[in-house]
Amino acid sequence: MTPEFAKALAMAVGGLGPAIAIGLIGMNAMASIGRNPEAAGKIFVPMLLGMAFAEAIAIYALVVTFTM
Amino acid sequence: MSMSLAAEEIAHVGEFAITNAMVNAWIAVALFVVIGFVASRRKSLVPKGVHNTIEATVEFLLSEVQKVTVDRERAEKFLPLVGTIFLFVLVLNWMGLLPGTGSIGVYEMHHGVKTLVPLFRPASSDLNMTLAIAVVAIFSTHLFGIFRLGAIDHISKFLNFKGIIKSIKKGPMAIVIAFIEFGVGLIEIVSEVSKTVSLSLRLFGNVFAGEILLTVMIGLFAYFLPIPFIFLEILVGAIQATVFAMLTLAFLTVATEPHGHDDHEEDHAHNSPEHAHA
Repeated sequence: MTPEFAKALAMAVGGLGPAIAIGLIGMNAMASIGRNPEAAGKIFVPMLLGMAFAEAIAIYALVVTFTM
Repeated sequence: MSMSLAAEEIAHVGEFAITNAMVNAWIAVALFVVIGFVASRRKSLVPKGVHNTIEATVEFLLSEVQKVTVDRERAEKFLPLVGTIFLFVLVLNWMGLLPGTGSIGVYEMHHGVKTLVPLFRPASSDLNMTLAIAVVAIFSTHLFGIFRLGAIDHISKFLNFKGIIKSIKKGPMAIVIAFIEFGVGLIEIVSEVSKTVSLSLRLFGNVFAGEILLTVMIGLFAYFLPIPFIFLEILVGAIQATVFAMLTLAFLTVATEPHGHDDHEEDHAHNSPEHAHA
């Protein structure tokens, strides 16, 4: 296995989980805005925070690929 | 054409190397100095033109900050830091999309290969820059925490000796729980480090990946294919600036809230009349 392939694999697998997580967060935020459009402003910040924390996992994968 | 991970050095002042990312950051700083100078030169009480825009921006940011902190007092305390981070990161991200960034440069020989060393580079695509902002942000959450709660209360969030001492009176079960909470506090220390790492790498990763994306797209089909991606990058720049500022704000808000559920509710009840008053 070449180092390039290992890097690509680490980023691909590491990005998979956060991608699903961000998708779920976005989906549920959209669903709740659809149900209660007035709450859009209130939902936005927690949604962004949730997405940021899910994204942090992908960033750890990024760190690992950089250090590989 | 490929971008190097580290910012390229374009000049030296003695031992100190000036990188192309620093040039961009200084241009942004100069812009803010000019805006600050203009903003401080207001003559009339009723703002007009540029002053009106500046005031509207600050008011908008304050109202957004207050949505998170709830009380006005903390919002006014956090606004200078959070607002600065937001505007600075936003300007850096968007400046990186201007034509000339990454394309104007000097050809130099590196390891026998002729490569273009650009004179400008998006400052947030340099990890040193984003790490510096993240360290300032996390460090100030601790400072605000210490000033608001006191040094002992703030440190006992991480090294919870206070909880153990308190629990001795309450019996064996409480002592076990206190030790578990002590362990959780130790994990919090690790999370402080990972906060810094994830804050800085999120911004760096997004902007750097965006630059590479645009470079690859212009290589595939010049001039037309990158256009939609530039729109995407404008959006990403704004979102990442918001995320960076919002996370800093959330960390600040959490750090200045007293520990424990009982205290929290007490604090909330304490704050609401204040809020109504403001």
